[in-house]
Amino acid sequence: MPFIRLLTQTVFLAFGQLWANKLRSLLTTLGIIIGVAAVVSIVAATDGMRVYVLDKFAAFGAKKVFIDGRLPRSKWGTVPWQHYDLKIHEVQAIIDHAQSIDKITPVIRVPGEVTIAGLTKNDASVTGIWPTWHEIENRTVTQGRPFSRIDDEERIQVCLINDKTIEEFNLDREPLGDVVTIRGRRFTVVGVVETKDLGPMFGGGQSRAEIFVPASVALAANPRGWINMAMAQLKSTDQADDAVAEIKFILRKMRQLRPEDEETYDVQVIQSFIDNFNSVARVITVAAGGIVAISLVVGGVGIMNIMLVSVSERTREIGLRKAVGARPEVILMQFLVEAVALCILGGGLGLLVAQAGVFGIRQFEALSQAAVPLWAVLLAVLFSAFIGVLFGMFPAIKASRLDPIEALRHE
Amino acid sequence: MTIRIRNLQKVYKMGVERIHALRGVNLDIQRNEFVAIMGASGSGKSTLMNILGCLDRPTAGTYELAGQPVHKMSAARLAEVRNREIGFVFQTFELLPRATALKNVMLPLIYSPRHWRGARKRAKGALARVGLADRIKHKPNQLSGGQRQRVAVARALVNEPSILLADEPTGNLDSRTSEEIIGLFKALHDEGQTIIIVTHEEDIAGHAHRIVRLRDGLIISDFPTDQDPIHREYLNRAAVAAAALAADDSNHRGERGERGGGFDPVSSIPALSELKS
Repeated sequence: MPFIRLLTQTVFLAFGQLWANKLRSLLTTLGIIIGVAAVVSIVAATDGMRVYVLDKFAAFGAKKVFIDGRLPRSKWGTVPWQHYDLKIHEVQAIIDHAQSIDKITPVIRVPGEVTIAGLTKNDASVTGIWPTWHEIENRTVTQGRPFSRIDDEERIQVCLINDKTIEEFNLDREPLGDVVTIRGRRFTVVGVVETKDLGPMFGGGQSRAEIFVPASVALAANPRGWINMAMAQLKSTDQADDAVAEIKFILRKMRQLRPEDEETYDVQVIQSFIDNFNSVARVITVAAGGIVAISLVVGGVGIMNIMLVSVSERTREIGLRKAVGARPEVILMQFLVEAVALCILGGGLGLLVAQAGVFGIRQFEALSQAAVPLWAVLLAVLFSAFIGVLFGMFPAIKASRLDPIEALRHE
Repeated sequence: MTIRIRNLQKVYKMGVERIHALRGVNLDIQRNEFVAIMGASGSGKSTLMNILGCLDRPTAGTYELAGQPVHKMSAARLAEVRNREIGFVFQTFELLPRATALKNVMLPLIYSPRHWRGARKRAKGALARVGLADRIKHKPNQLSGGQRQRVAVARALVNEPSILLADEPTGNLDSRTSEEIIGLFKALHDEGQTIIIVTHEEDIAGHAHRIVRLRDGLIISDFPTDQDPIHREYLNRAAVAAAALAADDSNHRGERGERGGGFDPVSSIPALSELKS
């Protein structure tokens, strides 16, 4: 193990040298410290942001699929936009035939005034849904019962309200059996749905009064059978692409579109938003990496500069070491190890600075989950070492090639 | 035979000019010899020393050190030979300023894998040999000039080299300390160490048993010290000067001239040191 011993001795020697020139070493490696601190904290922040956003998506429902009709660009101005809205039988066909879809519900907005207990408001939303809506939206009934198939089939005039409705219409805490008047028709409250605040990212923000009625009842209110959209749930998140293909195939077939015809519908999967977001996060990481690579190169040049100074300052010492038998490669290694040690030291300090920075940025809600990932730590250390080798090589070669006679004569 | 040099030549190129530093030197040095190499600047003395010390290679000729043909070796092999066979003592000591005496003495052992085990003990032994057993933790700036040179000698000895090669070892020391270091060399020689001193000081050379003189890249004389005509001339002049000095001294201060017979006081007179040139 002579090599190992020599290496350990060289490492001790190198750290001794760095310790002897504490301030200079620190200043020299500042570039590396800043570079590593910058990249690692950006990575930590992006990662934290990603975790936060994905959490939000998961709460919103990562398995969600949105389907709605869309007026093709070529038909703008010639056909009313409602013409391509989804029909209830299309929604039914999707759930019947799309293998990757687990559940589906139409979403039918019913405009108009709402009156409860003598109080009339026109900003409460009224939506027609199927019972599957609760599972897709992950919003359960906290009091009473959800809709049943019978409600839908028989078009029974029942409704669900959310907590916010109770608040806004000053209802008592147990509103079951209360009567809600929507566009002049009377509905009995059979259940209360929990209110979910999804945050500003999904247009939620302020939660508002919501009233739900069976889809068939809502459809009856608009005789042409237009529905705003359908909301479906994937069997699993990795079937997002399959689902889009299946739904498009079914709709294309039902709408008898020829291959050259434009799509008259739109299918969006939350998973694809997530994928988009992930790729944005990746781009940020890569861009940050690029910027930091530049700063590390600048830091590396600083290291090279100071190593050259060190070689020239210690010329006599190098001459002496050679005179007493240090082979050129041993001298080379000594200076290389010193440069690498300097860089790794910078990398380590940079990591500490980044860690401190991460504690700081956790104050922001969106970054509360920011953490330095292990791979970033390893990468930072490896990259610093690489910079050390890269920029330490030239001075080390210079030192190893010094002529001992000249070196000992050096003033 | 420790050193065997045949027809050694060294040519330096300075631009277009070629400088013949050595023009065919033949030299044999046996084990346990104590040799002084002398010569004015430009005589080729430094070049010969560099080649003897394996720091440089000859342009032509052969040099065998302890049976190995050194003139053929690569730079890396030369480094190993230096480590194993040669102990250098420099005029300016060349100690690492931040390292303790012990660490300084251990320096050659770092580059000698066979000595890694027990390096510390070995270095302590070398320091004890030069009389610095109680100074191992001291750094160079806590030591006197003589002590520093002793540390350097210990460093030169620590690998048990074939030759101890000293380049003007007393050049930076006062006369009393010089005597001390020369005394140390004599003691080492008595223990069997081969010693080569390169110097231009006649009185230092006088302690060696053989004086080799160079001029213009050639050996012009090679005698045992007591037969060297130039050295004998120097001794005669020194004795005369010393007698004159002693007489002068007793005229001025009366009885004190008893010990004035040696050439101790002479070495402190610079004019006499220059007689050799």
